[in-house]
Amino acid sequence: MTDTAWIDAALTSARPQAVGALLRYFRNLDTAEEAFQNACLRALKSWPQNGPPREPAAWLIMVGRNVAIDEVRRTRKQEALPEDEAISDLEDAEDALAERLDGSHYRDDILRLLFICCHPDLPATQQIALALRIVSGLTVKQIARAFLVSEAAMEQRITRAKARVADAGVPFETPGAVERSERLAAVAAMIYLIFNEGYSASGDTSEIRMPLCEEAIRLARLLLRLFQSEPEIMGLTALLLLQHARAPARFDGAGELVLLDDQDRTLWNQKMIAEGLALIDKAMRHRRSGPYQIQAAIAALHARAARPEDTDWAQIDLLYGTLEIMQPSPVVTLNRAVAVSKVRGAEAALEMIEPLGDRLSNYFHFFGVRGAFLMQLGRNEEARVAFDRAIALAHTSAEAAHIRMHLDRLIRDSQPRNAKAGK
Amino acid sequence: MLYAILCYHDEDFVGSWTREQDAAVMTKLAVVQDKLKKQGRLGPVARLLPTTAAATLRKDDPPVVLDGPYAETKEQLLGFYVVDCESLDAALDVARDLGAANPGGAYEIRPIGLFQPGGQVT
Repeated sequence: MTDTAWIDAALTSARPQAVGALLRYFRNLDTAEEAFQNACLRALKSWPQNGPPREPAAWLIMVGRNVAIDEVRRTRKQEALPEDEAISDLEDAEDALAERLDGSHYRDDILRLLFICCHPDLPATQQIALALRIVSGLTVKQIARAFLVSEAAMEQRITRAKARVADAGVPFETPGAVERSERLAAVAAMIYLIFNEGYSASGDTSEIRMPLCEEAIRLARLLLRLFQSEPEIMGLTALLLLQHARAPARFDGAGELVLLDDQDRTLWNQKMIAEGLALIDKAMRHRRSGPYQIQAAIAALHARAARPEDTDWAQIDLLYGTLEIMQPSPVVTLNRAVAVSKVRGAEAALEMIEPLGDRLSNYFHFFGVRGAFLMQLGRNEEARVAFDRAIALAHTSAEAAHIRMHLDRLIRDSQPRNAKAGK
Repeated sequence: MLYAILCYHDEDFVGSWTREQDAAVMTKLAVVQDKLKKQGRLGPVARLLPTTAAATLRKDDPPVVLDGPYAETKEQLLGFYVVDCESLDAALDVARDLGAANPGGAYEIRPIGLFQPGGQVT
């Protein structure tokens, strides 16, 4: 690896810890970020010459802090600037700081940094953008690209989010146990949002947005390393890994969405599946179930099936049943209905989703699934109506194209009969 | 003599590699491995999944299962090689070659006392 690549990776991996510590120190996000940026600039100058420090994070925190303090002094015009050497000569100070970094602070530093991005006043898109900017350190350009918006629009979104976070004030007290677990839940939800942002991409944009999934997995692993015995964080990480493992099979050459049943399972990433399964195994031992673990367990049952017909749908039905109790939602019921259709048939499944019609009247998947059930039951005319509605509600061209495929099949199936009728 | 070369590195750092960077490192390491393989000196090679996937069994009475790796350190055990070398110096040479392909972190070189290759696992 080249020097630059090495330094890039070191700066990226040190970032959450360093910015988190600087935020604790300065209690202001902008100052903390700027301090980190300045430290990075010095690292780019100093590391190639002097070799990398043993503790890059500690080095960056120390330098960032000193530079920011000098900045304050300079604006106050009280003292002359110290020599560059005085700042870079950190050997002793670095050791002392490195010891403290291993202490309890740094876990809460990183959690705090993630947590301020999840402020309840921030809409989901701003939460994600903010986290990608300040925790992951992606450039505004990279984030704008992943969100398919202009750089200026993304810049504005992030600036607005930051202003709101600043207004709200950063929570500096070391959190108590209850508060810590609340923060953890908010951060987990935000990481899940980042993942979904990448996962829900259509075929033509999936390549551009894939990094969002990878970044979400990196953040989930980071969080899990800080909270090693939290079964829900294990569940979250497992869920993301198991979903992302299917990425290479989710779109065909033309960028069309390939459904689970039709995916080439040999393309699934076995390394990610192995890691996901290991994490679920660990989580289950805690016997403290939660929505992420249940969803991961469902994803695991898919991952374990070498062929679609090997899928343990009865177990998936049960797991969705549990999820319905934990997190009642029409979408969960809709998903459960798919499992029910495999276990007890389309009739039972259709009955199950009938009551959801009101609440999901604008939901693409509701009509897609309903159409598929109706089609299985040979109620083709009703199926066609449902599919038409689905197409009208489709968000991406891949979604629409997929439903159109069903419609084409319906037309094909009904043609011979029409032909006969014509004779 | 058989040596184990245990690979330690900062997991956060390795986890920050892009897919391309990761692939580039693996390609470079494969060159070193191929050389050893041709000389008939390369035994099992393993790259371990992240320590977040690890569990530790403390052999207390009764044994206790803990989440995470055994050691909470800055650098973690991320993989290992088994190589056949005449001496520590020869094993260090192998480690140097591997290190040139993948700088950063550390290798612990440990002579192996008992080696059972086991059966073929897939």
